[in-house]
Amino acid sequence: MKIAVDFDRCQSNALCMSAAPDVFEVRDDGYLYVLIEEPGEELRARVEEAVRLCPTQAITLEG
Amino acid sequence: MNQVVIVGASLAGLRTAEALRDAGFDGRLTMVGDETGLPYDRPPLSKQFLRGEWDADRILLRSHAELSERLKIELLTGARAAHLRIDEHAIELDDGRVVAFDQAVIATGARARTLPAAASHRSAHVVRTMHDSARLRPCLTAGAKIVVVGAGFIGAEVAASANALGCDVTIVEAAPVPLERQLGLVMGAACGALHERHGVTLICGTAVERFEQRSVVLTDGTVLSADHVIVGVGAQPNTEWLTSSGLLLADGLHVDSHCRALTSGGVPVDHLVGVGDVARFPNHRYQSLDGSGAPLSMRIEHWTNAAEMAIHAARTLLGQGTGYEPVPYFWSDQYTHKIQFFGRADGFEEVRVVDGDPADGAWVALYRRGDHLVAALGVSKIRALIPFRQLLLNQAGWDQALHAAGLT
Repeated sequence: MKIAVDFDRCQSNALCMSAAPDVFEVRDDGYLYVLIEEPGEELRARVEEAVRLCPTQAITLEG
Repeated sequence: MNQVVIVGASLAGLRTAEALRDAGFDGRLTMVGDETGLPYDRPPLSKQFLRGEWDADRILLRSHAELSERLKIELLTGARAAHLRIDEHAIELDDGRVVAFDQAVIATGARARTLPAAASHRSAHVVRTMHDSARLRPCLTAGAKIVVVGAGFIGAEVAASANALGCDVTIVEAAPVPLERQLGLVMGAACGALHERHGVTLICGTAVERFEQRSVVLTDGTVLSADHVIVGVGAQPNTEWLTSSGLLLADGLHVDSHCRALTSGGVPVDHLVGVGDVARFPNHRYQSLDGSGAPLSMRIEHWTNAAEMAIHAARTLLGQGTGYEPVPYFWSDQYTHKIQFFGRADGFEEVRVVDGDPADGAWVALYRRGDHLVAALGVSKIRALIPFRQLLLNQAGWDQALHAAGLT
């Protein structure tokens, strides 16, 4: 599972960070940082929720 | 279940279709939409699309190929549903065609409320559809005098976009503060102050008396010169086509906690679900204000509700229904600020700023009802706000919330 973020689309609503804090972090500079670009299967449910919750649909999953 | 018809081709309808396919549904999926193009995303209509930064392709929810090949959706565009005949499992379109279904999804959304009197102005607008936004876009030229009627989300975001393009903007709001119902008086006023910080005039507590060709006259006699007027006074659910259906309609289509449509007798219909802006549902996470202990009835016109409710509606159609009890969320991008709100402030007894300061334009405020945290507002405080979403999902007590905020 590989995470891709379209940073032109991302508006830093940080719902991904709420769903999967181990993977996504919006820092005080207002930007999103992907902490684990290829998370393990144990994080799949949380990452999929992050994808669903993203109000700008900026996150996609491969694999 | 072989044939599912989704009435409404916006976010809620599309996400229901996706959730059905993701769960392995391989029957026929037909989506009926009254607009002519592919389904698109609405939040940019008052922001990036309106300002000309994003084009139409950029706001499409899915490409033609994704819709037809991956999701295998048969999309009927430019088609408006006229009648629902539940017992006959049929939907009649306004061009006379009849679409048969085994199960149906009612996702007809809402439309902009209008003020008929605004037609007296030479350039009056609402912003709900891509067409509306595209029509307004060329009007927002530097120096243009813009009057926005209504300081809700659409009004505030359109005002901020017009301000960014160099327009001279005044907002008129009849209520004492913007967003009073959602945020309460104090936080509504604090959010209203953001307009003034950016050079937009906000007039509250004064209604529009009449519109003239090139001006707006207020009830206190003020005359505002206006090249263009934008009316942002809320939305109303699209339920007229259901009038003869026998379903329960009162400020939206009433559904149960599994998103099943209710008959006027209050009986859920297993093969009919309602989702998104059109659907009024009982949220068991919150109590009604009448003290009866009944769940709070909600109809939510926000992006996240459409996306989340769709998943629950799809599960119900697949016979795997679970109760829909969301912590509602909305956000609004205005000027350089991001307003984010989790939960519901209905019936709140206390609101407390726990981080930052409204005077600086960046803060977090928590709402208490009884002993519980019921809502959290963040303005330009993304990182500080986010932990409170999890606390709201866990129905955290007020003390726990204050502790998390570092106050105890």
